[in-house]
Formats: sequence, structure tokens, C-alpha cells
Amino acid sequence: MIEAYLFYFFAVTTVLLAVTVVVQPNPIGAAVSLVGTFFSLAALFVLLHAHFVAIMQIILYAGAIMVLFIFVIMLLNLEPEKVKLRTIAGNRLVQGSAALYLAGVIALAFFGWRQFFTQGVVANEMEGTIEAVGKLLLTDYLVPFEMTSVLLLVAIIGAVILARKPVE
Amino acid sequence: MLSSYFPIAVLFIFALILGGVFVGLSAWIGRRPYNKVRLEPYECGLEPADSPRKRFSVKFFMVAMVFLLFDVEVTLLFPWATLFKQFIASGLGVFIFIEGLLFIAVLVIGWLYVVRKGALKWE
Amino acid sequence: MELIIAAIKAIVIVALILQLIPVLIWFERKGSAYIQDRRGPNRAQILGIRLGGMIHNLADVVKLFCKQDIIPTKASRIIYVVAPMIAIFVASATVGVVPFAEPLHLGGLTIPMQVADLNIGILYILGIGSLGVYGVMLGGWSSNNSYSLLGTLRASAQMVSYEIAMGLALIGLFLVTGTVRITEIVSQQTGFHWYAFTQPIAFVLFLTSLFAETNRNPFDLAEGESELVAGFHTEYSSMKFALFFMAEYAHIAVGSLIVSLLFFGGWNLPGLDFDWIRVYPEAALSMGLPALAVGAIAFGLFLCSKFRRHKYNDARDYEVLIFGVPHVLIGFLMIGATLLLHGTTLPTWVGPVLVAALQMGVVLAKTLFFCAFFIWVRWTLPRFRYDQLMDLGWKGMIPVALFNIVITSAWLVFVH
Repeated sequence: MIEAYLFYFFAVTTVLLAVTVVVQPNPIGAAVSLVGTFFSLAALFVLLHAHFVAIMQIILYAGAIMVLFIFVIMLLNLEPEKVKLRTIAGNRLVQGSAALYLAGVIALAFFGWRQFFTQGVVANEMEGTIEAVGKLLLTDYLVPFEMTSVLLLVAIIGAVILARKPVE
Repeated sequence: MLSSYFPIAVLFIFALILGGVFVGLSAWIGRRPYNKVRLEPYECGLEPADSPRKRFSVKFFMVAMVFLLFDVEVTLLFPWATLFKQFIASGLGVFIFIEGLLFIAVLVIGWLYVVRKGALKWE
Repeated sequence: MELIIAAIKAIVIVALILQLIPVLIWFERKGSAYIQDRRGPNRAQILGIRLGGMIHNLADVVKLFCKQDIIPTKASRIIYVVAPMIAIFVASATVGVVPFAEPLHLGGLTIPMQVADLNIGILYILGIGSLGVYGVMLGGWSSNNSYSLLGTLRASAQMVSYEIAMGLALIGLFLVTGTVRITEIVSQQTGFHWYAFTQPIAFVLFLTSLFAETNRNPFDLAEGESELVAGFHTEYSSMKFALFFMAEYAHIAVGSLIVSLLFFGGWNLPGLDFDWIRVYPEAALSMGLPALAVGAIAFGLFLCSKFRRHKYNDARDYEVLIFGVPHVLIGFLMIGATLLLHGTTLPTWVGPVLVAALQMGVVLAKTLFFCAFFIWVRWTLPRFRYDQLMDLGWKGMIPVALFNIVITSAWLVFVH
């Protein structure tokens, strides 16, 4: 029972912080709210007994990706007053497709995956430990594991090329 | 399992309160600044020569980017290292060794590329 | 019931780490003074008691609370206020999974001597520790000061660079341990099987990156006084500055704890057999207490012999007596306790509690040694240049760490 209350608490926190990210005029403030969002997402993962994923969420998203974001914001020097609030109010196509997507997700949640809501999925307590996740990753998902390193290699090369000095 | 996270929650709340209390108390007890000049940015007593809000070297961005990519690789290696002995015990030692070696080899190629291109060179 | 114990324990352990901060500051001031052939702080006093400069910490706290609380006009106010809170939050939350002793079994109750025994173990420390960069980044950026911004950029680039080396060093360790739980890692290091000896490369890499993570000399370019005034906290005053300061020392304390647990055997000490002590506390006490008593009396008498009535002509003359006489008295009390103990059987809870206290003592002694090491290094080594620092991180430590991983895993597979 307490888990349900905790879930609602962290779910509401996550959504509120995510909304703050969008409405915040100060880009650094938005980035800080995003760190908070990732943090409460990690708490949600813990509630699902996904311990390793939760700590990955904190190490990678909150600890690494957001550092990069803040560096970029500082690099571009976006001052709050310089940022013009651009809204997508006029663009019917964007509005319509976003609404359609949201409606589709909600409909799918209600009709397609109904049994998950009524019965609930009981997560195995030992499923999310570092040993269990590692065993799956290193045996059943061996090829994706190795491919990740290749993907990251591509990303490293891309980053170096993007930031290199233009050749004269 | 979940109850083992309860003390962590207590710890977080306590740590947050700690910071809040210290900041609040010093704002409450501390003297009010009575001199407008004190609130100017500190630049050794001179008028600020330059605004800090300007662009800085792209090198720092480069470091953050490469850090992010290597961090992903390091976190993926944690389960590999933790399970290494278990795999050896079940007779799969060479398999897991080669698996990790391949992963690290690709990591080393990326590292060599970064170093060779001078992306992390500081003049 | 267990939840209440857990909550109290969490707060006690954080308080313990916070208590280490003034001790470390005193260490630093006195240590730097003696390294530079000075006397160090010795003025602040309460009724003439100076505690060799300890009272200065108390004076500092009172002073910092009463200072003008400055928020620069050009600063981003909210982030400026939040940044030091993040710093102290991260510093005190990292202690979450650090054990101080083996779990204590009392009757039917098992009390782990740590805040929480998580499955992810030391990864928790890495995760929370990686958030420490935000305190520095946001604090420096929000002050809107050129020095702060430069200090911030340097500090955060340096912290993230060395995080990679730290992670890779730990991977080398995990290969040997096969677990990420600190309690298990410590229990593997009985006798002299300390991982500092079996994984020396990982140990050196970890210690070095710890220095860089805490922004300490020789890696303290973030606040190179000669170039950047005070680095990222140039604009901070009063307790907000103190929070950054405290966070630095809390990081040193927690970092030393982790080093002593992971690489220096934690509560294991060759010659101390805890299982034996747990079963026969009477024998252990009747052997240990007299030795302690002799030490205490000798130390007390040594202090008392330093007493000169007219050395300073003020209360300082009696300081040695204030410390010396209680030592002698405690020594005699210990001898009395040993005599009383003779032939009696102690209740069953004495053994486990005694073991827990001993283990905590060993861990804290090792931790204080590494804290002293941090201070010793700071006042001995000169500062790096920034390009040397980044080169060491990226081109020196990362390849060595990868080499260590490959060698260790190959050794485990083919030789072991």
C-alpha cells in the first residue's frame, strides 16, 4: 500500500518538475529542474525494484548528460532576457499531431494494456539487481552490448568532427 | 528490499534540511549589507572590466561530450566486472574475457581517435 | 521499530561525518603550520582553554553566521542560493552506503552498521558523487563574476575527466571482488589480503582521482589564488561560503573512508580476531584494558610533567593539567575495571558491542590516516598546470586503468 502512495508522490513530482522544465524562462533553471526530474524518475525505478537502472539513471542522465547540457547552455550564453518565448500556437499541424499522439498513447494504455492496470505486474525483487541485469546483458543480449560500444565509437568520432577547427 | 531504501530517504531529507537551515540561519542572523558597492561583482575593487556572460572555449564542451560517451561505456562495464568471477566459476571464463576485451578494444579505438585528433589538447 | 532504528542511524552517521569536519579543519591548520615551521592558530579561547587551536573552529562558526549575507545584484538569485545547498547535500548523502563495522547481532535484532545496505553498493556513491559537480557549476555560473566562471569551468571539466579514471579503477577492483557491496568487499580482505596490495594500480588511480574530485592540491586549479581569487566561490560570503567549505572537507572524510574500506582492509587488522573477541570478551578485555591503562597513564604523566607554573602566566599554564590528570584517572579506572572483571562472566551483549566498537575504531583510525595524507599532500606538492592536469587525466590515467583491467581479467582467466 505504501508503495502505491510513494508511486503517486514520485509520479506527481516527476510530472511537476517536467512541466517546470518547459515553462521556466531561464535555461539554467530549466536544466536544474530536468536534473530533479531524472532524480525522481530514478526513485520510480527503485519502486519497480530496478536498482541497476535507477543508478544508471542517476550516473548517466543526472550526472553526465545534464552536465553536458549545462555546459552547452553556458557556452551558448543564453541569457533569460535574450531568449524569445516562441510558441507553437499558430502551427495547427504540430498541435494536431501532438494531440493525436497523446490520445493514441492514452487509448493504448486503456484498451491495449488493460490487464496491466487491473492485475498489476508484480516485479520480481531480484530481477533488477546488478547481477541479474548483467547476466542478461552478457548472455542473451550479447550482440546489443557489443554494438553499444560501436555506437559510442561513432558518437565519439561525430563529436570530435563537430567540434574541430575548420580547415583552412 | 524496498525498506532498505527508507534510511536513504531519511538521509536525503536530513541533508536537504541541513543545507536549508544553514542558509536560512545565516540570512537571518547575518548583518544586512549596508553598502551598495558590496553587491557589485568582485573584481579586486575595480569596476568589472568585462561581463562574464560571453562565450568560452569549445574545449570545455569537448571534454563534457567525450566524458559523457566514456561514462556510458564505464557504466556498461560495471556488470561485466562484477559478474566476471561467476562466469569463470561456471566455465565461461574465456568467453567473458573475449567479450570484455572486444568492448574495451572499441573503447581504446575511440580513445586513440580522440587523442590523435588532438581534441583534448590544451594550448 | 527497525525503521526507527534505521532513521536514527542515518542521522547519527551524517552527524559523525559532520563532526569530522572541524577535526579536519584543525588538522589542516595545525598541519600546514608545522609543515611551514609556524605555530598555527592558538589565540581563540574559552576561559583560557585553547585546545591547541580547536576553539578557532567554534569562533569561525560564530563569525560566519554573523557575516553579511551577500547576494550580488547581478547574480541569478535562486540558483545562487541553491548551489551551496546542493554541495552540502551531495557531500552528506554520499555516506549512505558506507559501513563502519560488521552488522551487529543483538538478541534477535540485526543492525547493519551503515545507513543502508543497497544492492548497488558502491555505485550509489559514484552516482551521488557525480552530482557534486552541480554545486560547483551552478555556484560559479550564477554569481555572474568572471573569476567565478573561469573557476567553475576548470573545476567541472576536471571533475568530470577524473570521474572516468575513477570508474575504470573501480572496475579493476570489481573484477577481483566479484561484488559491489562494500561489506562483502571488506570481509574478503582478512589478514593482510588488502586490495591495496593485490590491486596496486587501481589503488593509486583511485586515490589520485579522489584528489582531483575533491579539488584538492595538487589539482586545485579551480581556486588557484594567484589567478582566480577564490575560484567558483569568489562571490559567496557567510554560511553559504561555509557550506562549500564544509562540503570539501566532508568529501575528504567520505573519500578517505571509502579508500580505507575498499583498499585498506576496512575493519580488518592483522592480529585482531573478531570472532574470538565476540565469544570471549572477558579475556579480550582483561588483556586489552591493562595495556590501554598503561598507555593512558604514561601519556597523562608525560603531559603533567610539562606543567610550568609561570610559563605564560595565564590559564594556558594549566592546559596540560586539564588534559593530563583525566588521562591518569581514566588509566586507574581501567585497572580497577580489570580487577573487577576478574572471574566474572559478562552478559552476552558485551561481546558483539565490543567488536562493533573495535571495528569502528579501526575504520576511523584508517580514515583519519588518509585525511592526514590529504593534508600532507596539499602542503607538500606544488600545483599542476591546467594542460598537464588534463593530459594526466585523459592520456595518463585512462590508458593505465584500461591496461590494469585487461591484465587483471587475463590473469583471472588464465592463471588463477
